[in-house]
Amino acid sequence: MTSLPAPPDRKLGLVIDLDTCVGCHACVIACKGWNTETYGAPLSDMDAWGAEPEGTFLNRVHSFEVRRDDAPPMVVHFPKSCLHCDDAPCVTVCPTGASHKRAEDGIVLVNEDACIGCGLCAWACPYGAREMDAASKVMKKCTLCVDRIYNENLSPEDREPACVRTCPAGARHFGDLADPDSAVSQLVAARGGMDLMPEQGTKPVNKYLPPRPRDTLATPPLRQPAPEPDQAPASGFLGWLDRALDRL
Amino acid sequence: MHPAPSLIVFTVFSGLGFGLLAWLGLGAALGGPVPLGWAAFGWYGLGYGLAGAGLIASAFHLGHPERMLLAFTQWRSSWLSREAVLAVATLALMAPHAFGSVFLSAPLPVFGALGGALALVTVLATAMIYASIRAVPRWHHWTVPAVFLSAALAGGALLAGQALAGAALLATLAAALVAHWRIGDGRFRASGSDAGTATGLGGLGTVRLLEPPHSGRNYLLREMVHVVGRRHAMKLRAIALGAGVALPLALVLLAPASPIALGLAALWHAAGMLAARWLFFAEAEHVVGLYYGREPARA
Repeated sequence: MTSLPAPPDRKLGLVIDLDTCVGCHACVIACKGWNTETYGAPLSDMDAWGAEPEGTFLNRVHSFEVRRDDAPPMVVHFPKSCLHCDDAPCVTVCPTGASHKRAEDGIVLVNEDACIGCGLCAWACPYGAREMDAASKVMKKCTLCVDRIYNENLSPEDREPACVRTCPAGARHFGDLADPDSAVSQLVAARGGMDLMPEQGTKPVNKYLPPRPRDTLATPPLRQPAPEPDQAPASGFLGWLDRALDRL
Repeated sequence: MHPAPSLIVFTVFSGLGFGLLAWLGLGAALGGPVPLGWAAFGWYGLGYGLAGAGLIASAFHLGHPERMLLAFTQWRSSWLSREAVLAVATLALMAPHAFGSVFLSAPLPVFGALGGALALVTVLATAMIYASIRAVPRWHHWTVPAVFLSAALAGGALLAGQALAGAALLATLAAALVAHWRIGDGRFRASGSDAGTATGLGGLGTVRLLEPPHSGRNYLLREMVHVVGRRHAMKLRAIALGAGVALPLALVLLAPASPIALGLAALWHAAGMLAARWLFFAEAEHVVGLYYGREPARA
């Protein structure tokens, strides 16, 4: 059913800390590894050993530069995956009912057996969170590792999305964002967690924590060559030579 | 957006077919043709043929066309599903009228009028598939259904031999196209999305992509960050207006009674609309391009 459910009581999602992310892409690889082995069609690679390799990924890390007027430029690594939006446009456009948002925990999923591969949901998503797999011809997207988080065959510490479990910097957090007392909600409140492209009206569940203010060091203005150090007049023989050459 | 040939053929030819069926179905009420016998066979055959060819072309866009029947289930929320349901309903409702006209010389105008009206609603649904996508600001506007509907009605009028109505509708189409292009050029900026809102970092300074997430291509770039040919946009707009509107308009005004002139006008119109529809996809910018360092072209 591609109508959206009533706002769920639980909203599982991710909180991504742009201050802490080091841009190592470990989450990208952990995601691809887990989601190729288990849930649904594998994430294929095309021309993997050829001249133009490419593949399907559910999570990718972009790196941005922020240029500031009164401070040096800042590099921000930016992991991006499905935001499991409350008002998910990718769900309502689906003609077959394959794309859906779960009423019990708000996870947005694709039923691959019902996907006709029309690609309209990927067009409707402003974030580029969906990719059509070139081998299986069905739409792939982040499942929030729905096959890990409820999986009682895994030890409790592994019952979180693969990207969160693997992040060596602790930049990714998983929890219930509908519960104001959850660790992730408190993190969002404390750090000013934000939505991506709020003007698109999607009401994302995932939040991003902005970089903390950096120390300001008393450095000379950048982008200008440092001034030549003031030269004290030389003394002795070199001083005489300097003055003699000046007089020539 | 990637201008997929299957989608260009689908939208142009199903639009023409349903436009013709609208004229044939609503003919009695609007003073259009009420053909009988072999003439009806030719006209309804053309209408059903164009609409059917367009719908079949759309199936080539699918990764799993064998599951196509599922696309008729989600008409409550999805314009694509509505389009599928309406297209089939139009062809089914029109069938008794067409059958009666061809084989019994007895048109059934009630079925004709219902089918003709549904044909126009089908074209509206086709347009809304695109106009409902907020992430493509150029499409998310009323000028999209205006272009699709006026093109279907104008093309249908030419095919149905309606010179006078065709001329008026061609003029309407020209106005709709120009409005779509002129307003469309400012839509991305009006959407308020830029690299700053896409990353949430706009409050800190000027955001630009430093390193893309991968060095090669991917599905998103191919499908939604199509940039080839945008620099020819003005030339293609001139071609679309010239072939799609000006030339057919001149033909129907010079020889309104000549079936050959009307046929030629319809052919030129179809060619012009193919160029216009290619541009409709090729110059539409998706906001996901902001994550790949693609700022919209400045109007």
